[in-house]
Amino acid sequence: MQPETPEEQQARVLTLEAFADTIIPGTKRSADDRAIAGVSPDGGAVESGALALMEDPAGGVSLMLGTLSEALNAHATRYAEANGLTLDPAVPPFVGLAFDHRTALLSHLLAPDNPEKEMWVGLALFSNMAYDSAAHMNTRDALAAGHPGLLAIGITRPDDDGLWRFPEYSYGRPLSRPHPHTTPTGSPA
Amino acid sequence: MTSGASTDVVVIGSGFGGAIPAYHLAAGGARVVVLERGPWLSSEEFDHDFKLGSSYTRIFDFTVGDGMSVLGGNCVGGGSVVYFATMPRAPRFVFERQGSIGRRMWPAAITRDTLDPWYDRVCEALPITMQSWDKVPYAGGLFAAACAHAGRTANPVPSAVDVDKCTNCNWMMAGCRFDAKRSLLLNYLPAALAHGAEIRPLHEVQHLSRTDDGGYRVHYRVVDGEDYRILHDSGTIDAKIVIVAAGAGATPVILQRSEPTLGTMPSAVGRYFSGNGERLNTAVFDDDRVREVLGLSRPDGRGYDANQIGRGPTVATWDKLDPDLPEYERYSLEQLFFPLGLGTILAQVPDAQGPSWFGLAKKDMLRRWQSWLTLFTMSEDDNEGVFGPPPATGNADRISQQMLGRGPLRYRPTANTLRGWAAADADARDILERDGLARVMPWTNDVVGAYTVHPLSSCRIGDDPATSALDDRHELRQHPGIFVTDGSAVPGALTVNPALTIAALAERAVPGIVRAAQERGVPVTYHGSLPEGTATAVPQVVPG
Ligand SMILES: Cc1cc2nc3c(=O)[nH]c(=O)nc-3n(C[C@H](O)[C@H](O)[C@H](O)COP(=O)(O)OP(=O)(O)OC[C@H]3O[C@@H](n4cnc5c(N)ncnc54)[C@H](O)[C@@H]3O)c2cc1C
Repeated sequence: MQPETPEEQQARVLTLEAFADTIIPGTKRSADDRAIAGVSPDGGAVESGALALMEDPAGGVSLMLGTLSEALNAHATRYAEANGLTLDPAVPPFVGLAFDHRTALLSHLLAPDNPEKEMWVGLALFSNMAYDSAAHMNTRDALAAGHPGLLAIGITRPDDDGLWRFPEYSYGRPLSRPHPHTTPTGSPA
Repeated sequence: MTSGASTDVVVIGSGFGGAIPAYHLAAGGARVVVLERGPWLSSEEFDHDFKLGSSYTRIFDFTVGDGMSVLGGNCVGGGSVVYFATMPRAPRFVFERQGSIGRRMWPAAITRDTLDPWYDRVCEALPITMQSWDKVPYAGGLFAAACAHAGRTANPVPSAVDVDKCTNCNWMMAGCRFDAKRSLLLNYLPAALAHGAEIRPLHEVQHLSRTDDGGYRVHYRVVDGEDYRILHDSGTIDAKIVIVAAGAGATPVILQRSEPTLGTMPSAVGRYFSGNGERLNTAVFDDDRVREVLGLSRPDGRGYDANQIGRGPTVATWDKLDPDLPEYERYSLEQLFFPLGLGTILAQVPDAQGPSWFGLAKKDMLRRWQSWLTLFTMSEDDNEGVFGPPPATGNADRISQQMLGRGPLRYRPTANTLRGWAAADADARDILERDGLARVMPWTNDVVGAYTVHPLSSCRIGDDPATSALDDRHELRQHPGIFVTDGSAVPGALTVNPALTIAALAERAVPGIVRAAQERGVPVTYHGSLPEGTATAVPQVVPG
């Protein structure tokens, strides 16, 4: 296999970022950010570390990223042709699609009856996990560093020893009548 | 390749089905070796951390199949280390079910009455207690209040959590750091060790063959401690008795892979898989309505906003566990905690205009995560899962270093199963959306198919050789000396959490396994004791 050129690498990163941004959209990192469509006012999957998680060898998709990115761009080219869209040659085809078109294409690729579904679901899983669990980082470090996904979800910070405890946890009173056929040990009869 | 080792009994897997016979056989004097695919962790190693490589991924196994994905434990202690410790007995009608075979599918010897003494033993050994309302976390309380508001009943569930030690951290799926959850690491397994049993972690059994003396040879590979995709040395151990307890997603695969060396398997091996009729719904609550309609509030004035707080399922409604309802229409609904990463992706946006499980609307839903309440359905499915040809090793082609793999299970829910799910979904909606309390949607099956944490029945007990792989003593038909005592042996869905029933059946199977071992010349007796320090008030069960 030929090593990736810097241009190919850049195209792959942009394409995968655009994929992750379609799963959990975020805000543009700069005015000329093309990968992130910018449809959301705060950080999404990309800012949460989707690329780092995809590229982590522990995840099991890292070796396929080049192939996936090429396949996604091929789909994007066909999608653009079928829908009469003109793509900007300055960016990879999937990155050139507007957010709604990216969403429409991914909805098709992720659909249960698509034979390629499994590989796209894998990529979607990692995009989602970067946002909602920062699985490439220690959770405590991620919270301390202001990880956008964990903060948006509202995960509280742990105690000083890194463990969570909730001394207040109960409404503290009976809130329903139990089932009449409950055994003395608390099981269904 | 190491070989030449031999022992009296090899136990494959160290979950409920493995740990219980391992203890009794060792206590009775047999030489016992337990081979467990996963690592052996102690309480200090149970992390509060989502990072890949922390206990949250090390001790799990998530196998994506065709139409059904299975989540299970992967460590010494098996599912008991990752489970939520909710431990109800199965309702009486469950044992009378006919299911897809059109006649009673449980062996004639087993009813709720005959199983109750064995349930009692496990309740004493772990121990399991009825939880009290004053210790029920907010999510359970909220569900109970919603049930009451809808004119339903709701119960605090029996549980193997020591609530005095519990910090309500909700990390119990990564292993309990505080020893509040009674996993098998706290009772049967240490007791088995004390009686001389040997436990070998990171040993993945691949197949079985026969020895010249009528025993069995167990073939394993050693799994790398960090990257489970890497398998090291292979080896064998000979034994007079083999107990296969690798869980309902793995036991049939080991047996199928053994066909070339053992001979034909009963046709029910790898058939009749049940996902315990599971289904999940996610509700997003309106905090104002929680206060106004249900009159609930926390000390700081919030109504709920407490999805992160607690300890798994604590409250269930059993109104639909009504023996007079037709089969497939009975189910329980249980409040559940599902952590980030694994399950959030499957939650769907209520009445989504675009994609329901990803995209902008899903991101908005995630922002309200603390207001989520997850509801778990356990219903009567149709045992429709079938295992295809086994993968090269283990029970899945591993994708990630840990946790994620692709397995040969195929599941297409029948109209019966779908009917039960639809009824439960409608019920969930009726209870939770009443008076604007919440919006609720089932998890999507579009992503990884249906999803179960309660795999059952892939190698089940029964009286009819055509539909059961095991006789009612859990011995594999046509292969005497091989016993299966894990969730695969349970004939069908239970409508409640299964671990207590799996454990009670394993307890019940032990006297028969001891007899079989004696017949093969193993000096072992059945004492009927329980792990030290736990047995007090429970009468010994005399094997009938
Ligand atoms: C997140 C979660 C929460 C749960 N909560 C509850 C609950 O609250 N209440 C309840 O009743 N149930 C619960 N369960 C289900 C419960 O854990 C299982 O029903 C139970 O553990 C099944 O017991 P078992 O003996 O059949 O298999 P397991 O406990 O799964 O044990 C099988 C063992 O075999 C090992 N193994 C697999 N293949 C091989 C091989 N080839 N060689 C060697 N070893 C192998 C596995 O690593 C595993 O340790 C939960 C499960 C999960 C995943």
